[in-house]
Amino acid sequence: MTDKANLSRRHFLTAATAVTGGVGIAAAAVPFVASFRPSARAQALGAPVEVDISKVEPGAMIRVEWRGRVIMIVHRTADMLGRLAGLEDVLADPASINSEQPTYAINEYRSVRPEILVVEGVCTHLACAPTPRFEVAPADLGADWQGGFYCPCHGSKFDLAGRVYSGVPAPTNLRIPPHSFLTESTLLIGAETGVS
Amino acid sequence: MKSKAALFVFCVAFGSAVLAQHAGDGGLHLEPANTDVSDTASLQRGAKYFVNYCLGCHSAQYVRYNRLGADLDLTEAQLVENIMFTGERPFDTMTNAMNPVDAARWFGVAPPDLSLISRSRGTDYLYNFLRGFYKDESALSGTNNLWLANTAMPHVLWELQGIRTAVFSEPGADAAGLPQFEHFEPVSPGTLNEEEYDELVRDIVTFLDYIGEPMQLERRALGVRVIGFLLIFLLIAYMLKREVWKDVH
Amino acid sequence: MATIQHDVVNRLGRNFSALTSWIDERFPMTKLIKEHATEYYASKNFNFWYGFGVLATVVLVLQIVTGILLTMNYKPSAAEAFASVEYIMRDVDWGWLIRYLHSTGASAFFIVVYLHMFRAMMYGSYKKPRELIWLIGMAIYLCMMAEGFFGYLLPWGNMSYWGAQVIVSLFGAVPVIGEGLAEWIRGDFYISDITLNRFFAFHVIAVPLMLVLLVVVHIMALHEVGSNNPDGIEIKERKGPDGVPLDGVAFHPYHTTKDLVIILVFAILFSAVVFFAPEMGGYFLEHANFDPANTLQTPEHIAPVWYFTPFYAILRAVPNKLLGVVLMGLAVVLPIFLPWLDRCKVKSIRYRGWIFKVALWTFVFSFLFLGYLGLQPVSDTFTMLARVFTFTYFSFFVLMPFYTSWEKPKPVPDRVT
Repeated sequence: MTDKANLSRRHFLTAATAVTGGVGIAAAAVPFVASFRPSARAQALGAPVEVDISKVEPGAMIRVEWRGRVIMIVHRTADMLGRLAGLEDVLADPASINSEQPTYAINEYRSVRPEILVVEGVCTHLACAPTPRFEVAPADLGADWQGGFYCPCHGSKFDLAGRVYSGVPAPTNLRIPPHSFLTESTLLIGAETGVS
Repeated sequence: MKSKAALFVFCVAFGSAVLAQHAGDGGLHLEPANTDVSDTASLQRGAKYFVNYCLGCHSAQYVRYNRLGADLDLTEAQLVENIMFTGERPFDTMTNAMNPVDAARWFGVAPPDLSLISRSRGTDYLYNFLRGFYKDESALSGTNNLWLANTAMPHVLWELQGIRTAVFSEPGADAAGLPQFEHFEPVSPGTLNEEEYDELVRDIVTFLDYIGEPMQLERRALGVRVIGFLLIFLLIAYMLKREVWKDVH
Repeated sequence: MATIQHDVVNRLGRNFSALTSWIDERFPMTKLIKEHATEYYASKNFNFWYGFGVLATVVLVLQIVTGILLTMNYKPSAAEAFASVEYIMRDVDWGWLIRYLHSTGASAFFIVVYLHMFRAMMYGSYKKPRELIWLIGMAIYLCMMAEGFFGYLLPWGNMSYWGAQVIVSLFGAVPVIGEGLAEWIRGDFYISDITLNRFFAFHVIAVPLMLVLLVVVHIMALHEVGSNNPDGIEIKERKGPDGVPLDGVAFHPYHTTKDLVIILVFAILFSAVVFFAPEMGGYFLEHANFDPANTLQTPEHIAPVWYFTPFYAILRAVPNKLLGVVLMGLAVVLPIFLPWLDRCKVKSIRYRGWIFKVALWTFVFSFLFLGYLGLQPVSDTFTMLARVFTFTYFSFFVLMPFYTSWEKPKPVPDRVT
């Protein structure tokens, strides 16, 4: 049968075959796994959307859809902006340190232009849609309510900049999508720049 | 070993039967298109001609502009300037505004989508078709085509090619009693000479070839690497098999 | 250092055998591995013809994997099917590769199975004690034909459409219930969205389930009686003192290493088609199928995919619709009876008389030539030729009980060569 030298050759060849086969299978798996990624069509459909905000009156809000998510665009009044100050003590992440937003939205208003808030209407708890509740101290939300977003699913509360209150299930502030202003009244959601 | 002889006889018989069949194909002969989809310059020209001359009536609904830009080495600015005239966005597909119902009324048939035309008809056919128009008063549109009799498609490129008529031999010259095509006769010249026109058609067909299967270059390139890997694997596996089978022999 | 390594290896080994025995107490893992691999003995003189079984299994797995991935993006509706295939080809990452693997795999499946069947005919693998393996194999073949037929409609190209139209119409030839039967299959008065939807269900779940089950049964039956070999000798009749057939070698590692080589050679040829000729000159992907289904316009030249054309040629050769359908059906099912039609005791063609050799080659030639004729447009010469080869095709089976009892086989050796 086989002598010792032969046996080591055999072990080597077995290992070489196993390794090459493993590499082959791994390489063959790449296309199969990669085919799950968003396709060119999904990317086309998820392309940035332009929004005309000239008709959004101060104090009003519109919703647009981008990549299957609701994007809430709020035209905040000076009064609403004023109410943001002084909430630091009751908020979980007032300076947006642990939350997701583009760098240009890390400021006290969480926006590019103070009056225009662009925020995803997706609760950071379990992805329900928070309801806009801009009025101050309504009966159901208590006397401390300074206006903001309330999630009906599990009672998470956010202020008028989408910042989350402490002591609610949602862990972080509402997400701010990438966005930019193409003109004074045209907002581009989904990209900072680019041809559209 | 008798079976090998039988196999040989069989192959010869089968092969000659197949050959005999194809030797009989006579009549019009397709000139080869000789397209080369790795020729980016030709593709860029073809894309431009396609948008200018074809896209008005035909669509290429499965082709995305941004894919085109990436494959044809065109920047977004170049795309906007040369290809996307009517405010399309980069990720849009090459559709047109023509309503297929209207189109069917105007042309008799709706102009087909051209995304896959090179795969269903072949590039040689397209090359010859676009060079096969001639003036024919008896046809509805005033033009006819050598390769698709009574085609509903007008000769869109006539200003470039010029106007020609076709000369046919007298009926009865061929076995079936049909007139045989002999040659084209120029009536008025176009802005391009024959060679330039053929080159332009070749560019369009190259582009059609590309959009029929946009990944074809990638496919072949990957194939070389896959087969290379398999050959190495085969060598190792064969050595292992030899080694293991030493026990048996 | 070396002792630490040694220790780790030892401990791993102990843990591994502990895990193995834990499983074995609950599931016959080791027993199955022994029965089907390390202690399954197959003849040592297998030639390349014995590789097509494993290749068929490889292709089946490939078809299932790529098929599942295709269903993730394919839409089984008349309005969307064609576009969804192009979506896969262009918009889905690597979709083109998955689709070409699947379309090439379909043809490859038939190629390897036809060669596998030819091997069985050459070496008498259908004979006692392997009749049941042959019958299960024929059932697999019929399932594959159904799978191919249903799958061919899915791209919703013009050839898909008219191919299905023609084949479903064949059922209309059945007397009395024909029209009703064709309508029942289509679920409509023509090939429509409804038909596509149900063909999809058959193609992606009903038939594949059957196919996988039958393949498992096929292999179980094979491993029960043991593989045949090119000499047609029962190796189990001559065993050594250890109970191992003298001419047998363990499936693993001997046949597995050999099969790996065969699989790789196949993979190279397969890749050559996938990457360099996925249409295979219009035989694997037909040109007319790049036009979407058009209910008003038949493709100029209509032919089924190449693997059905021998039977299609037989259908066309018969001037009577019903008789044509009957003969075509017979041509498909006749091989089922081979184990009982063949009266010769000798299995392998190596030791059989000249009559069988002539008969077998005539059959192969008829089958291939019919396949060629089925692809060609109708002409008088071709119809005549198709009739001649239909006749020889059937003669091979019908006359078999006679010529195989007259044939004078050579003596068969005791041991494989």
